[in-house]
Amino acid sequence: MPLSVISGGLCWCLCQTLDLHFYKLLLLFLTESRREGAAVYRIVKKRSLAPSVKLFEIEAPAVAKKARPGQFAILRVSERGERIPITLAGADPEKGTVTIIFAEVGKTSTDLGTLEEGDEILNFAAPLGNPLKIEKYGTILCVGGGVFVGAFLYQMKALREAGNRIVSVVGARSAEHLILVDEVKAVSDETFVSTDDGSKGYKGLGFLRDMLGSRKFDHVFTMGPTALQREISEMTRPHGIPTTVNLFPVMVDATGMCGACRVNVGGETKFACIDGPDFDGHKVDFDLLISRMRVYNPQEKIAMVYRGSGAE
Amino acid sequence: MSRRNTQVAMPKQAPEERVTNFDEVAKGYTEEMAVDEAIRCLTCPKPQCIKGCPVGVDIPSFVKAIKEKRFEDAIRTIKEKNALPAVCGRVCPQEEQCQKYCVLGIKGEPIAIGRLERIAADREQQHGVELPERPKPLGGRVAVVGSGPAGLTVAAELAKLGHEVEVFESLHTAGGVLMYGIPEFRLPKEIVQAEVDYVRGLGAKIHVDSTIGMLYTVSDLFVEGFDAVFIGSGAGLPSFLRIPGENLNGVYSANEFLIRTNLMKAYKFPEYDTPIRVGKAVAVVGGGNVAMDSARSALRLGAEKVYIVYRRGRDELPARLEEVENAEEEGIIFMLLTNPTRLIGDERGFVKQMECIRMQLGEPDESGRRRPVPMPNSEFRLDVDTVVIAIGQTPNPLIQRTTEGLKTTKYGTIIVDEETGRTSIEGVYAGGDVVSGAATVISAMGAGKNAAKAIHEYIMLKKTAVK
Repeated sequence: MPLSVISGGLCWCLCQTLDLHFYKLLLLFLTESRREGAAVYRIVKKRSLAPSVKLFEIEAPAVAKKARPGQFAILRVSERGERIPITLAGADPEKGTVTIIFAEVGKTSTDLGTLEEGDEILNFAAPLGNPLKIEKYGTILCVGGGVFVGAFLYQMKALREAGNRIVSVVGARSAEHLILVDEVKAVSDETFVSTDDGSKGYKGLGFLRDMLGSRKFDHVFTMGPTALQREISEMTRPHGIPTTVNLFPVMVDATGMCGACRVNVGGETKFACIDGPDFDGHKVDFDLLISRMRVYNPQEKIAMVYRGSGAE
Repeated sequence: MSRRNTQVAMPKQAPEERVTNFDEVAKGYTEEMAVDEAIRCLTCPKPQCIKGCPVGVDIPSFVKAIKEKRFEDAIRTIKEKNALPAVCGRVCPQEEQCQKYCVLGIKGEPIAIGRLERIAADREQQHGVELPERPKPLGGRVAVVGSGPAGLTVAAELAKLGHEVEVFESLHTAGGVLMYGIPEFRLPKEIVQAEVDYVRGLGAKIHVDSTIGMLYTVSDLFVEGFDAVFIGSGAGLPSFLRIPGENLNGVYSANEFLIRTNLMKAYKFPEYDTPIRVGKAVAVVGGGNVAMDSARSALRLGAEKVYIVYRRGRDELPARLEEVENAEEEGIIFMLLTNPTRLIGDERGFVKQMECIRMQLGEPDESGRRRPVPMPNSEFRLDVDTVVIAIGQTPNPLIQRTTEGLKTTKYGTIIVDEETGRTSIEGVYAGGDVVSGAATVISAMGAGKNAAKAIHEYIMLKKTAVK
């Protein structure tokens, strides 16, 4: 940075003639200008939770103070990198850290997974999006799937603290992909496990259909792959149980600027980033959402091939 | 010897060449060209040009300096009033500002003030930027929200006066619309970063990844010890047409299209990670500079046919004439007096056609322009792979939603005292597009300048009162 060098030199000359307070300010300026105002988002803990699923605890004191369940971060791993949204899976204001749990599925998340404890995440803008509305609903059903169980647990803890009785379902493709089952159990009154292939717990979600018919729930929350959220919303619709879904369409800036994340909710166009990410599952146009989420699938494949080619 | 009454022509990349790259179209004057142009200046005893400059640059002095080949003096003069000259020299609508008042314009072409400003600034960037002496600290602490033209101006002005300034930028790079909006071929990002570095060099600290309204609220900033807050968060929320099919795949807001292209450098995918989808035929809806930028970007991204679809006529296009001409030269197809009515998708949810209707101009509306009226039964369809909606932006609502007592209009713009930028909350000032709605870089800078002056006075008064 030639500029900071020039200004550094200038500062030095100037501080010879001025008072000590000014000198201190200048020193402060010099250190700050080298960092170019970028906060440091250091990974203080890394854990592997399942194949291709990682947990990071990240040093981000200002974010930790503000973060609430339901909010997300936009992060970038390299100077040429994409901005991707990841839902926050926890925040510890006292320690000054936040937690994310993510699956290595695309180029950015795969790059992210290669970072180790002590490494820094280049950009970490958070908290973004609206917090989940936490209140006492009564008896609630929480259905989480795959990697999203991580962020969902953060929300369930808050829902529990608000006095709700929680019946939870933890789902995954197969037994080895299940994460945080014990942690979910610890905040739930009852917990069910389900896998697509039946390798653990119930096979599929058919059992939920019976449960929704035979038991009373005041509210249903679901977080997981979009297809799962749609399925749950369709199951609860005939029973008229209010159902909150957490959407994660394609985002770029995630502050309302680009509109990439627009979703149709009850016939109205909403931006998931600033109007969501939580919406009434009975009003979301899931077909449109799923179609919009697939737009860049071909490019995602190209990016992965390019990554694998070592051309970077 | 008679004085030339035309400007020295700007060297440019030829249209057929430039549509294949994102390099800057206008290459800039050489020093010789600049002197040739500057000697046309009449050095009027009562110069009119200055009154056309929203930040009050001493134009005659800097033009005279260029005439005498004193380029260092020229840039010093400019920077007394304008912290972003390399930007302004490129994107200011000089024809409607300083150059409009130039006496030479009566019988010929006015002095090319913008081009002269540009070479003075570029030359300095090449030869090493000079920083003014750091002033004695005055003890004020100011938070600036947004690092676009308004925010950078406020930061520069207050830092030069001796206040401690911290800028909060939501994106990962400072520069606001100069980085995410205006394309590389019109405003190289390296040039913008050099200007941002100059503002840093003046002492302003810039925090990226910091969305005000989310990470900190305006009231948090006061708790953190700032004496005043300037809101320059821009007009970031894209407007849509509200026609059927608008959420089909392949339909972009101009903001998204330009953010992907400029900020994320999607034109270098997969070397850069962010993709963009363009296809063969692109329709850009709207007639402003943002529409021209989107259309010309689409061409460079490989589209074969690019249409500008605008509901009024050529004379009503809100874009700068220079940009319209550049677009025409590059082969953009202008479908004037045309308005989209719906978008039609294929079985996979991608847009494939745009249904339009022909328009005619009726009586003038409240904006003074003739109101476009649809012609019955004139609908037709255009085959398109991509649609870019460039019909304007309104302010981002995050700050307004989280700042109690901040008065806004029904359009979401912040209400301020025009002279000072003072809002309904004590110590909170605002300026730029968040106040005016989408406007120009230089008007945002003008507002920033006025606000900086008012903030300085406010802080000094408060400090005296405390003593």
